[in-house]
Amino acid sequence: MTTTTDHGLAGHSPRLSEGLPVTTPRRRRFSWTFALRVGLLLIAAALTLGPVLWTLSTSLRSPSESFKLPPSFFPWNPDFTSYGEVFQQLNIFLLVLNSALVTGLIAVGQMVSAAMAGYAFAHLKFRGRGALFSIVLATMMVPVQVTIVPVFMLIRGMGLSDTLLALILPAIPTAFGTFLMRQYFMGLPAELAEAASIDGASPWRTFRSVYAPLAMPGMAIVGILAFNFHWNEFFRPLILTISEQNFTLPLGLVSLQGNLGTGSISVVLAGVVLSMIPALVVFMFGQRALQDGLTAGTGK
Amino acid sequence: MSTTTPPRERPRQAAGQAVPAQHQPTAKSRHSQRWLAWIFLAPTILGMGLFTLIPIVASVVLAFFRWDIISAPTFVGFDNFSEVVQDPTVRVSFLNTIVFVVVAVAFQLGLALALAIMVQEKMPAWLRVFFRSAFFFPLILSAASVSIFMRYLFNEQFGVVNWFLSLAGIPAVPWLTTPGGSAAVVILVYVWQNFGFSFLLFIGGLASIPVETYEAASIDGATGWRKHLHVTLPLLSPTTLVASVMAIISALQVFDQPYVLTRGGPGDSTRTAVMVIFESAFQRLEFGQASAIGVLLTLIIMAITAAQFRLSKRFVFYQ
Repeated sequence: MTTTTDHGLAGHSPRLSEGLPVTTPRRRRFSWTFALRVGLLLIAAALTLGPVLWTLSTSLRSPSESFKLPPSFFPWNPDFTSYGEVFQQLNIFLLVLNSALVTGLIAVGQMVSAAMAGYAFAHLKFRGRGALFSIVLATMMVPVQVTIVPVFMLIRGMGLSDTLLALILPAIPTAFGTFLMRQYFMGLPAELAEAASIDGASPWRTFRSVYAPLAMPGMAIVGILAFNFHWNEFFRPLILTISEQNFTLPLGLVSLQGNLGTGSISVVLAGVVLSMIPALVVFMFGQRALQDGLTAGTGK
Repeated sequence: MSTTTPPRERPRQAAGQAVPAQHQPTAKSRHSQRWLAWIFLAPTILGMGLFTLIPIVASVVLAFFRWDIISAPTFVGFDNFSEVVQDPTVRVSFLNTIVFVVVAVAFQLGLALALAIMVQEKMPAWLRVFFRSAFFFPLILSAASVSIFMRYLFNEQFGVVNWFLSLAGIPAVPWLTTPGGSAAVVILVYVWQNFGFSFLLFIGGLASIPVETYEAASIDGATGWRKHLHVTLPLLSPTTLVASVMAIISALQVFDQPYVLTRGGPGDSTRTAVMVIFESAFQRLEFGQASAIGVLLTLIIMAITAAQFRLSKRFVFYQ
């Protein structure tokens, strides 16, 4: 069985990065096809990164100069007025706190519950295991938009409407995370449990002290995926929160843009840049894990 | 696999799960394992039952009732469905969604495939890492934030996009104020953010094509694009199937981009199926109708998925 990390395709493909002998001359000579190819890729990369750079550079202008053409993509003379302004116009501390709380608790909840369920599906025996796992997988195909009306009613019935718990609780059970963790645990030998039980460890202790620590990389993937998805989530918060004190960051930013019209775009963009920081951290330190997780179970 | 399991364990291996060989449990430990498993499963299974399975059933049931939350629900049979199907806004938004899916998915897959092929050919490793990271980057951003800054970039008078077009002598395009322009912006912004996912899948697919296949093709005299047409595309077809299924399913549910960029306008020109679910439920409080639209959307998603896998039997080439 492959572990989840083996699913990944990040990293280099040794076979192709060796180069295809067909198109590439052995000796280092200037090649028009190479130049054309890299040129096209550079244009695509510029179109991909350009809007983000423009956002960053515009947020670092004073609000009165934010609409400026020709556009600039690099903040040569950074001006932090807009960042001060966004803190005044938007209770950004509260938004960040809400987003962090919601995202953090969902991520931890998913890591724990998916690890437990994945372990049961991989290493414990019980009647109906295969059927139950199929049901869990099938729930992945149901779009959140279809269940949102009953979930909204349920949340109301539980007396949780317009609370952060309304966002957190329904997001904790995760079919995809359970699938990932089952794959991961199946890559760990069953003999570990045998050895632990000979040493007198209880089944829970076997999981807690033997398997769970070994499965940390898999749990990290589940956590990073959950963090990235829910930090950016817009649809559920839009429906399940009502008062501004329960808004998450994306919701707060969209309402800020609505309030300001097109007046001071640098202020809105300062908020957008602030909201990107956690995603950037994930990008820098967990890109590989994120790519592995996103593409896990899509073939191979 | 069940072949590696001793025969007397067979009943417990009913579904033939691929499980590593397990130690022989005593009768007692087997019994306790059964209980233990349910404790491990409890958070996930209870949560899914409550927040996914019950809502699915409730959604289907609700589609046959009229309910505004305030008064008691009344059974109306198929009325919601017939009203929804005749409603011009719903019709237009489903049509918009289909057009959006066709154009956006074709664009996204074509772009991702072309870029993946170009990135996987010979180049310095650091450059390849740079391109991969760049194309992956938009995926980590929030669709709402992206739509916020894209709205400024596509501004008719002051937007950067029109400024670049003016350099080429193209007059200002009314991006967000005309039906065609709005639809184009929603598609462009959506593809900008999502092509990286298909790109990743194609990179994985390309990496699994053995280099010997290309060597054989080159001995047969295939070069350049002919090599890709006759070797890459057929061998990549399983990846293409997965990538297109995932792209279509996610595009059918598009909401964030049109909601933030255009609010569905001008008119109904960029209103999508999910936006109509949202509006009929949470703005007009017609929860029965919203559920009916949701059921229709789910049926479409299921039909497309099934059709794609059926088609794949004919067109997908497995090595």
